[in-house]
Amino acid sequence: MASELLTSSEYIKHHLQNLTCGMQDGSFHCAHSVEEAKAMGFWAINVDTLSVSFVLGVIFLLFFRLVAKSATQGVPTGAQNFAEWIVEFIDNSVRGSFTGRSALVAPLALTIFIWIFLMNLMDLIPIDYIPFVAEQMGVSHFKVVPTTDPNATIGMAIGVFFLVIFYSIKIKGLGGFIGELTLQPFGKFGLPFNIFLEVVNLIAKPISLALRLFGNMYAGEMIFILIALLPFYVQWTLSLPWAIFHILIVTLQAFIFMTLTIVYLDMAHQEHH
Amino acid sequence: MNINATLLGQTIMFAMFVWFCMKFVWPPIVAALDARKKQIADGLAAGERGKYDLELAAKRSAELLREAKEKAVDIIALGDKRASEIIEEAKVQAQIESVRILATAKTEIDQEVFRAKEQLRIQVTSIALAGAGKILRREIDSKAHNDLLEKLLKEI
Repeated sequence: MASELLTSSEYIKHHLQNLTCGMQDGSFHCAHSVEEAKAMGFWAINVDTLSVSFVLGVIFLLFFRLVAKSATQGVPTGAQNFAEWIVEFIDNSVRGSFTGRSALVAPLALTIFIWIFLMNLMDLIPIDYIPFVAEQMGVSHFKVVPTTDPNATIGMAIGVFFLVIFYSIKIKGLGGFIGELTLQPFGKFGLPFNIFLEVVNLIAKPISLALRLFGNMYAGEMIFILIALLPFYVQWTLSLPWAIFHILIVTLQAFIFMTLTIVYLDMAHQEHH
Repeated sequence: MNINATLLGQTIMFAMFVWFCMKFVWPPIVAALDARKKQIADGLAAGERGKYDLELAAKRSAELLREAKEKAVDIIALGDKRASEIIEEAKVQAQIESVRILATAKTEIDQEVFRAKEQLRIQVTSIALAGAGKILRREIDSKAHNDLLEKLLKEI
């Protein structure tokens, strides 16, 4: 399917469709349309999201692992300098918003920041390049920005959510955690209302984390797609400013996701709030 | 854009990455940073200490110099004093010596005089005796009067 033959709406739909693969009718294959993907139900996977995010995560960890292995206390050079700069930045952010002591929070923040940053950064690759290459290789859809897939952002937010619950129970005990959910803010006589408020409060954390990142990246991607519908000789007048602006959004969203994670974990570590 | 098992895959991947980062990435880098921080702090402290030591040494050397100067002045004063003392002593000694030499010289002179007188007396006596002999040769036997003459000689 060459792009010129598509209508605008088909072009947009094509770009917003993940490479969803799963078991259907007794065989494993990949969906070619939105309807087909929907029909696969829950137990299908978005191969593009998972593979890109996996590769980016591995690149991130490989780079930092190599640096960590050869890290010296002498004058740092090149890669080590860069890695240390990031690590110190993360460390300062964690020290700024996290009051407890935890061996997990800082590496968690580093992973979130760099990983999400790299995934968001895929947005700056011209939107037709990767799908075109994929098409040549016989792959019908390929969405290269994992964070424009709600599965990815919700998946990470669920990870953070588990950590929040884990640390809430670990620090305050199961009783303390349940007490926090039931006895605030109106004391034991407003119990049903308390539960409603606190559960909403608790659930809102991962949902807001996931949807904020997804919404921002999805909107950015959408604008790139719309710009790509223009004649090719005027595209740069819009795509260049938007790409430059998007660099800010890419970094900012990664930073916000990280900072909110730190704050949520800090709240989980605190006895009273 | 359906919610599907990708979500679980992403969560598992997330957990794995965080675990790896926590185990193998973060600690060595932070350790290197801390080690460098400590090294720099130590270096600064050592520099500070060196500066302080230098100040102390400068103070001490100035003190030593001052003391040495004082000592030198003392030694010079002492030397001067001692020199004048020696001169004084020498003067006194010389005085005493001169007196002593004078005294010996006087005694020697006295003795010389005495001896000369004696000699003179002997010679005078013998001259007188010879004169008298010559006079008396004719009248007196010198042997008969020898005793007398001896006596006379002793009395003189």
